[in-house]
Amino acid sequence: MTVSPSVAENSPTPSTAAGLRAGAAGGTRSATDAHPDVELIGVTKRFGDVVAVDRMNLSIPASSFTSLLGPSGCGKTTTLRMIAGFEQPTEGEILLAGRPIAGVPPYQRNVNTVFQHYALFPHMDVAQNVGYGLRQRKVAKAEEQRRVGEALELVRLGGYAKRRTWEMSGGQQQRVALARALVNHPTVLLLDEPLGALDLKLRKEMQLELKALQQEVGITFVYVTHDQEEALTMSDVIVVMRDGLVQQMGGPSDLYEQPRNRFVADFIGSSNFIAGTIASSDGDDRVTISSERGLTLHGRITDRSASPAIGDTVTVVVRPERLEVAAGDAATATGWTAVAGRINQGTYLGDQTEYRVHTDQAGELIVRLQNTMGANIGQSLGPGDPVVVRWREEANLVLVA
Amino acid sequence: MTATAPADEGRLASPRPARAGHSRAGWLAALLVLPAAAWYLVLLVIPLGIIFVFSFGTRAPTGGYIAGFSFDNYAAALENSEPFVTSLTLSISSTLLCLLVGLPLAYFIATRAGKRKALFMVLLVIPFWTSFLIRTYAWLLILGPEGITGFLGDAFGAPRFRILGTEFGVLIGLVYGYLPLMVFPLYVTLERMDRTLVEASKDLGAGRWATFRQVTLPIALPGLITGSILVFIPMMGEYVIPEILGYGQVYTIGSALVLRFLEARNWPAGAAYAAVLILIMLVTITLYLWFTNRGRQTRDVSVL
Amino acid sequence: MSDHSLPAPSSPAVSLAAPRSLGGRARPSINRSGALVEVWLRAHTALTLAFLYLPIVVVVVFSFNTADRVTDWDGFGLRWYEHVLNDRQIQRYFLNSVIVGLATAIIATIIGTMAALGIQRAPRWFRVPFDAITYVSVIVPELVIALATLIFFATTIGRGGIVQGMTGGPEIGFGYHTIVSALALFNISLVLLLVRARLSSMDRTMVEASYDLFGTPWRTFWQITFPQLLPAVVAGFLLSFTFAFDDYLITTFLNGRGTSTIPLYVFSSIRKGVTPATNAVAAIILLVTLTLLLVGQFVLSRNARRVGARNSGGVAGIVTESQGG
Ligand SMILES: Nc1ncnc2c1ncn2[C@@H]1O[C@H](COP(=O)(O)OP(=O)(O)OP(=O)(O)O)[C@@H](O)[C@H]1O
Ligand SMILES: [Mg+2]
Repeated sequence: MTVSPSVAENSPTPSTAAGLRAGAAGGTRSATDAHPDVELIGVTKRFGDVVAVDRMNLSIPASSFTSLLGPSGCGKTTTLRMIAGFEQPTEGEILLAGRPIAGVPPYQRNVNTVFQHYALFPHMDVAQNVGYGLRQRKVAKAEEQRRVGEALELVRLGGYAKRRTWEMSGGQQQRVALARALVNHPTVLLLDEPLGALDLKLRKEMQLELKALQQEVGITFVYVTHDQEEALTMSDVIVVMRDGLVQQMGGPSDLYEQPRNRFVADFIGSSNFIAGTIASSDGDDRVTISSERGLTLHGRITDRSASPAIGDTVTVVVRPERLEVAAGDAATATGWTAVAGRINQGTYLGDQTEYRVHTDQAGELIVRLQNTMGANIGQSLGPGDPVVVRWREEANLVLVA
Repeated sequence: MTATAPADEGRLASPRPARAGHSRAGWLAALLVLPAAAWYLVLLVIPLGIIFVFSFGTRAPTGGYIAGFSFDNYAAALENSEPFVTSLTLSISSTLLCLLVGLPLAYFIATRAGKRKALFMVLLVIPFWTSFLIRTYAWLLILGPEGITGFLGDAFGAPRFRILGTEFGVLIGLVYGYLPLMVFPLYVTLERMDRTLVEASKDLGAGRWATFRQVTLPIALPGLITGSILVFIPMMGEYVIPEILGYGQVYTIGSALVLRFLEARNWPAGAAYAAVLILIMLVTITLYLWFTNRGRQTRDVSVL
Repeated sequence: MSDHSLPAPSSPAVSLAAPRSLGGRARPSINRSGALVEVWLRAHTALTLAFLYLPIVVVVVFSFNTADRVTDWDGFGLRWYEHVLNDRQIQRYFLNSVIVGLATAIIATIIGTMAALGIQRAPRWFRVPFDAITYVSVIVPELVIALATLIFFATTIGRGGIVQGMTGGPEIGFGYHTIVSALALFNISLVLLLVRARLSSMDRTMVEASYDLFGTPWRTFWQITFPQLLPAVVAGFLLSFTFAFDDYLITTFLNGRGTSTIPLYVFSSIRKGVTPATNAVAAIILLVTLTLLLVGQFVLSRNARRVGARNSGGVAGIVTESQGG
C-alpha cells in the first residue's frame, strides 16, 4: 500500500479541491494508471450456508462514481466490507490499484469508508475526528491542521472545527464523516448508504453535493444504495445486484435503455411487461414476437450475448413514458405497435398523469403522459373510456431472461 | 439503554478485522482472561472443592481434618434443623418484603420520575454504596432500647417492646440492607419496557390494574426474578446482620457455620454446613436459569 | 442512561385528564382510584427513601454528640471526632483499610477489565463455564468465601500447611495478601460485569471506523475503545475500593498480625458496647465512601458531558447499566 501522500503537498495549492486531487492522483494512481482502482475476480463470500456474494467479477474504473444497487440482502454491504478489509472473501481475489490485498488488514489499506451512521468518535471534536487518520499515519501536526482545514472547507464546514460532533445536525455529521475519509486521499472511498439516515429533502441536496464533490476531487467513489433513483442521479456506473450475483453493470442510461433481464428492467424505473415467443429473427438482434394473446411486436434483443431460437419465450419491456394514448378509433401506422383498451384508472401526479389501461392483447398497461403546456388532453380521459395505446417499435426491448 | 440499532449495523459491527492473525487474537484473548481465570480457580473453585472434600471427613483431635468418607457431618448438620428453618424463613420473608417495597419504588422511578430518573438512581445508589456494616450498625442505634423504639415506648408510656435480638429486628436489617439490590434490576426492566405497550393495552380497553397485571408485571418478571435471586442467596448466608441485630439470639446458618468453624474448630462439620448452603444456592440458580431460559432465547436481565 | 428513553412520562394531571374527556359513567371512579394510585406511588417512594436514609442520618447526627455515653445527649460538637482522629490505634486501622481497599481496587480493576476484554473473544466452551463461575463468585454468600478461603490458606500457607511442609521454612501465614486476594475475587467479577455491560452497549462500528482510518488494533484500543470504557472502569475501581475498605467478614477471618481494619474495630466495639467514639468512626467511614461516590459521580458526569449525552447517570448509571443483560 502506498501510504505517504505525494510530495506535491508541500507547494501551496490553489484550491482545496486541487489539493486533494493532487494527493489522490500523485500518491496512488499515476504509476499504475492502467489498472482499475478496484477489481474483484471471482469473489465469493459465504456466511455458513448463506452465499452473500456469488462469484463476483467487477472492475471499478478509476475516478468513477460507481454505485452498487440492489434490494436488501443482495450483498452490497458485504462487497464493500470485503474491499475495506472487514471481511475476507471465501474465494476469489480483490485487487486494489492492481495489487492483491488478501490478508491486508483494513488499517493498511488505502481505502476509507463513510459509515451509514457516520461512526464519528464521540469523545473527539470535529477537527480531531477529521484528523484521526492523519494522526495514525504520523503526519506532522502543522500538516494535519492544514489538511483538516482544507477538508472542512471542502465539505463547507469551515467554522466548525471545534464543535462536538453530537451537537451537529445529521447533514453536518454526514459531512464530517465525508471529510474524515477524504482528508486521507484514499485510492477508493466507500460509502454505505451514507444518506440513509437523512430526510428526503436533505438527501436530495446531499446527492448533488456528493456528486459534485466526487467530480471535484476525482477520487473513486463506491457507493452502496438500494434506491434506484439515487443511483441514477449520482452514478457514472451502476452495478445492479441480486442475491449476491451481478445482474448488469453500466451507465444509468445503459441500464434504463438496455436492461439485460427482467429483474433489472423491473428494479430500475417502472416497466410494462408483455410475455411472448419469438416468431422470427433477422439473424442479428431484431426479432418479431407474438404475444400470448395474439399481439405481434417487433423489437430488439437487449442482451447481445444471448442467442435465442425461434419459439423461445421472451419478455418484451416497454417503459410507461414511451406509450401514447390516442382516441379509441385512431388508425395504426407502420413502425408502431398499437393495442386497443379501456382506461381503468387515471392518477394525476403533478408533472405527469399516469393511466392504467386495460387491454385484451397486452393485459394492463401503465402509461405516463407529461402534463406539458397544451398537452393536457389526458385530463379529459376518465375510467371506461375506450382508447388505443400505441408506441414506436424502437421502444420494444426484448429480454431473453 | 441504547437505542436499538438497525439489524444491519449489528452485523456490520460483529466480525473481527481481517485475518490479520486470527490465532494471534485468540492468544491475546487467552492472555487477557488468564489472570481472572487463575483467580477463580485458586480462590473459588479449589477452596469450594476443599470444603466439599472436608465435609466427608472427620475432625482431628487438634481441630484439623482427617480424610474419610462418611455422611455423618451431613446427618449431624441436618439433625438440628433450627438454623435452616430460621434462615429460610427470614430470607423468604425478607425477599418478599423487598419485592413489595421495591416494585412500586422501581415502577415510580421508571415511569413517573421523568427527567429526575438519574437523581433517583443516585439516591438509590448512595445507600447501596455506603458501608454495609455502618448501615447495619445504625439500626442498632435506632432499634436499641436507648434508640428510637425506646424513645417511642417512653413517650407513649407503652411497655418497652423489644426488637433487637428478635427475628423481626433481623428482618428489618435484611430488607434494609438488600433493598437496593432488588430495585436495580426491577428498574432496568421497567425502564426498558416499551411504554406504548401500556398505552396499547389501555387503548384495548384494559383498566389500570388489568394493564399492570397483564402487561407490566409479565414484562417486569425477569427483573423481578433476578432481583429475588440477587437478594435471596446472600441472605441465606448472611452473618453480619443477624449477629448485630439478632444480638446472638437469632441462630441462622451463618451463625451455625461460624460456630462450627471457629469456636468448635470442627472443620468437617462446618464444611458440611457450607456444602448444604452451596447446594441450596445451586438449586436456586438452576431454577432461575431454567425459568429465564424457558420458552424464549432472549436474555433480558441477567444476575447483576 | 435515560436519555434514550421514551418521552417524559406525562404528569398525573395530564394522564388523568385524557380519559375523562371520553365521558362515560364508569370513568370518574376509575380516575379517582387512578389519582389515589398516583398519590400512593409518591408516598411510597418518599417513605422508602426516608427508610433508606434514616440510618445514615442517625449515625451522622449521633456522631456529633459530645456526651460521654451514647445514650446521653449533651449537644453538638466535634469532641469525639477529635478523640478518634488522634487515636493511634484507630489511625492504624484506617491506614490498613486504605491499604486493603487500594490494593484490592487496583488488582480487581486491572484483572477484571482485562478479562472483560478477553472473554468476548474466548471460545464458547471456555466462556460458558467462565461466566457461570463469575456469577457464582458474585452471588455466593461472602461468609462461604471467607471460610473456604480461610481453610484453603490455612492448609496451604498456614502453619503446618503444605507450603511449609515442602520448604521446611517458616510459614507464610496471614496478612494483607490473604485479605486482598480473597476480596479481589468478588471485586474482579464486579469490575468484569461493569466493564462488560459497557462494552456490549458500545457502538462497535467505532472500532471499525478506526481500523478504516489506519488505526492499528493497539492504537484503536487506547484511542477509541478505552476512553469509552473508562466510565465503567472508574466506577469499578471506586466500588471495589469501597467494598474492600469497609469489608468485615473476609477481613476478620483472613487478617494477620497487625492487619486489622477499621470495620473490625467497629464490629468489636459493637460486641464490647458502643461508645460515642464508635459513632464518630462510623460517620468517618460514611464520609469516605460518600466522598468517593461523589467524586466518581462528578468525574463521570463531566466525562459524559464531553462525550455527549450517553451514560449521563454517572456511577449510578453504570451500576444500573450492568444490571441489564
Ligand atoms: N456477518 C454475517 N453473518 C451472517 N450472514 C451475513 C453476515 N453479513 C451478511 N450476511 C448475509 O449476507 C447477505 C447479504 O448481506 P448484505 O449486508 O451484504 O446485504 P445488503 O445488500 O447490504 O443489504 P441491505 O440493503 O439490507 O443493507 C444477507 O443474506 C445477510 O443476511
Ligand atoms: Mg447493507
